[in-house]
Amino acid sequence: MIDIDSLHNPDRMGTNPGDPLPRLEGHVSHGRFEQVLRAGHFAVTTEIAPPDSADPTEVLRRASLFDGYVDAINATDGSGANCHMSSLAVCAILTRAGYSPILQVSCRDRNRISIQGDTLGAAALGVCNVLCLSGDDVSAGDHPEAKPVFDLDSISLAKTIRTMRDDSQFLSGRKLDLAPRLFIGSSINPFVPPIDNRADQLAKKIDSGAEYIQSQYCFDVPVLKEFMAKARDLGLTEKAYIIIGVGVLPSAKTAKWMRANVPGVHIPDEIIRRQEQAEKPKLEGRKICAEIMQQVKEIEGVAGVHVMAYRQEQWVGDVVKRSGVLGDRKPWAPEKSFADIQAIT
Amino acid sequence: MSYRVRLFAIRHSRFFEALYNAVNPAIVGTLKGVDKVFGKKLDRPITAMEAGLKGLLFDCQMCGNCALSKTGMSCPMNCPKTIRNGPCGGVRADGTCEVKPEMKCVWVQAWDGSTRMKGGEAIKDIEFAVDHRDKGKSTWLRIARGEIAEKVSDRH
Repeated sequence: MIDIDSLHNPDRMGTNPGDPLPRLEGHVSHGRFEQVLRAGHFAVTTEIAPPDSADPTEVLRRASLFDGYVDAINATDGSGANCHMSSLAVCAILTRAGYSPILQVSCRDRNRISIQGDTLGAAALGVCNVLCLSGDDVSAGDHPEAKPVFDLDSISLAKTIRTMRDDSQFLSGRKLDLAPRLFIGSSINPFVPPIDNRADQLAKKIDSGAEYIQSQYCFDVPVLKEFMAKARDLGLTEKAYIIIGVGVLPSAKTAKWMRANVPGVHIPDEIIRRQEQAEKPKLEGRKICAEIMQQVKEIEGVAGVHVMAYRQEQWVGDVVKRSGVLGDRKPWAPEKSFADIQAIT
Repeated sequence: MSYRVRLFAIRHSRFFEALYNAVNPAIVGTLKGVDKVFGKKLDRPITAMEAGLKGLLFDCQMCGNCALSKTGMSCPMNCPKTIRNGPCGGVRADGTCEVKPEMKCVWVQAWDGSTRMKGGEAIKDIEFAVDHRDKGKSTWLRIARGEIAEKVSDRH
């Protein structure tokens, strides 16, 4: 029998890094990620690519690349509609090592029965953050013949999780014995049509329960500035933490490919030209990312950056350091590094 | 053909909103009478009529949870992800759908259509996921029988 009180009482917590933190006044979750944001720090998050493997150490190895540079790690849920280790499993493994994972939940593969069960289970495993996504269509991935579910959309999903957390019940009205203490997030893409309505849509996402927002890749700062101005006018930056997605591009060729093939990615020609003309394109890609991070931090109402570096994860630390957005702050990292753990076992 | 009619309906969303508001009470009123006299006997032809008319005009998919009046007269069930609070983040730069590039994004159309409607602000309200038990049912008959509110904004 789990001692429920230990979830709230720091004196009764163990020494395991995966044990939940005490929930602070006014906080919805026990998580470190929420604490960083509510304390007013500029947060840095990143994305882990779940392995095509049943090996848990591979998850820890991938996470260790970010040690000391990020406040939370998003575990993608079949991103691009490709099959990988589940986000729930990745989060459970990361939680045990003390990391603050963000459980990405896509509506593509599961209906409301499955999603409610999984989010409740995630909270039981110590996961404190969830990101509600509609998800890429099955046609984008490696199983285009699969049945797309889309029983909920991202807004209905956020509302569902909020119902479970705040009303302590399932959508059916059946009561929960212990509500899942999840910090609820949602996504926004301010860079694709209908650009004029994206702030209105952000308002809907926040109304549905989103307490933080992670955006799609920002390579176009002027467009973001306009979006943020609208968000501020609607009072939305007071209601949710807006975290802006930034990307590390390895080459102009990849940038062009992404622009043409990854849904919702907008990369202006100047960025591609700059990388094309650079002597060291890889380094230039990291410089571009760091510069955008600095510019984004200056925009009023931006609470953090979300660094997406698919197949370039080893460079996340480099761009964070280069950008200087963390100032003197060093995000939590396990005391024993992954290399130490490997040496012991 | 039907796709072009759908785009026409969204372009003239203000007219169709007015038409809908004018005609809907008449249809519902008539159906209330029909329901009293015939019960459920005429459900199939009535449902077929609704499917035919709304199918022609809006590519209606008969989800049974009609939200046209709050989605700029653009039926959200034509979205390949059947998103009820869209659009998703995958819209192409030219406003077409990420899944079906030959089709304009249903939700780009919805936000556009709603700008011309008197009740256009309703698109900003959250529409919870559809009740899949209602698929294929006539929304008109359900309103006539008091199963759902006449105004979409009063539902849930």
